[in-house]
Amino acid sequence: MTEEPPASPDKPASGASDGSPSEAPRGKAAQEPWSKPIGRRTVLSVLGLGALGTLFGSRAQAGITSLLDSVHAGGIASVLPGGGQFTIYTVTSGYPAAPANYRLRVDGLVKRPLSMTVADLQSLPATRLTHDFQCVTGWEVSNVHWVGVRLVDLAERAGVDPAASAFQLTSFDGVYTESLTLAQARESGAIAAYSMLGAPVTREHGGPVRLYVPDMFGYKSIKWLSRIELVAHAEPGYWEQNGYPVNAWISGHAPAQAA
Amino acid sequence: MSTGQVTAEQSRQRVILRFDRVERAVHWVNASLFLILILTGAALYFTPLIALVGRRRLIEQVHLYVGLSLPLPLLLGLAGSWGRSLRRDVSGVNRWTEADMQWLRGLVDTAAGRPQTAVRPRLGKFNAGQKLNAAFVVGGGLVMLGTGALLRWYVPFPLSWRAGATFVHNWLAVAFVVLIVGHITLALADREALRSMFGGRVSRAWAARHAPAWLEESGEP
Repeated sequence: MTEEPPASPDKPASGASDGSPSEAPRGKAAQEPWSKPIGRRTVLSVLGLGALGTLFGSRAQAGITSLLDSVHAGGIASVLPGGGQFTIYTVTSGYPAAPANYRLRVDGLVKRPLSMTVADLQSLPATRLTHDFQCVTGWEVSNVHWVGVRLVDLAERAGVDPAASAFQLTSFDGVYTESLTLAQARESGAIAAYSMLGAPVTREHGGPVRLYVPDMFGYKSIKWLSRIELVAHAEPGYWEQNGYPVNAWISGHAPAQAA
Repeated sequence: MSTGQVTAEQSRQRVILRFDRVERAVHWVNASLFLILILTGAALYFTPLIALVGRRRLIEQVHLYVGLSLPLPLLLGLAGSWGRSLRRDVSGVNRWTEADMQWLRGLVDTAAGRPQTAVRPRLGKFNAGQKLNAAFVVGGGLVMLGTGALLRWYVPFPLSWRAGATFVHNWLAVAFVVLIVGHITLALADREALRSMFGGRVSRAWAARHAPAWLEESGEP
């Protein structure tokens, strides 16, 4: 400190009081009649905008999405946060391809285990839904069209053992798992979906068969579904072991009426 | 080697210390953390990159912990006796003078195609653009930290807040990328300024051109 040159007048920390020319170095204070903490004001303004954006941004995002859609911004729009579109997650090293001999198995605590091709699944009575896909992190895709077979219908077809209380769901990506209680599956109307967005479920969206659970966050809707096991007690799923709530109802509880 | 001040030796050498070792270290650690955040953020966000990289949980953890550690270099740099020069610069970046406003008006005039005033503002160590950049990075960094933490520990917060936090986090990330590209472009356009972020020093001629008031107050003529 002792070797330091005299502090300039705009440094309160150094002890020189603002606007005292006698302490200012080399008589240049006259050129700078004032100094304002605009840096601090900028920081506080940005913080304020960030808070406002967090509270009201979901509405602004809707406007921006329709704006980007209306101007057909093309290449630029595809890298901007437009909203209203899927960000397609995977927890393994890519989007896994279905094995050539793909089968969807329904087993565990059942009387007649099932092993179905996609065609087998499609031959069963179908449930059609148009419902939002809501990610737990806040993004949402509205009015997605889904076709599949209700989980409870599959369970009924396999013959549920009275000891069973839940579905344990497994992905052929080899890592991802999920679970639903029988009651949740009934109340949500969860389906094993083979069609999404008006076409067969694509590889990246979890094809050939994925789960879709209406009114629950997207992490319940396990992709690349290969096994539906009826169990007495379900294990928490992949993200649930990493801190997400096992209860994934978007509103915190089951909707009053089943979908 | 003393930090953050001009020694008699240096003034004889016609160079002047712009950034001491602590400031350079903070800058480059910050730059590395930002780079990791941008790369991991992109790998969480863009579907083609997700397809390429995958491993969402791992990438998420890296993004989270690097993000949480982002304030540390600056705080550590400011904390002790080693942070004198950094503290002085932070204080200087905070305070704006008449010269900064003149500089900013000149920039606006140039952008609007109006003739420049002949007077060259006697700038201190940083111009108004650098001051705005620093303040925006601090404020924006805190907002990224807040919205990112909200997205990670989302349970107590309503869904609309999470949607809002996603909105802010995504758009502010775009703003940061634009800002950083601009920052690097300007740095590459002024090699001497860029070199001072490696070696610490600029020539007195550079200082006289870009920061005359700083040169004047920091040592012999």
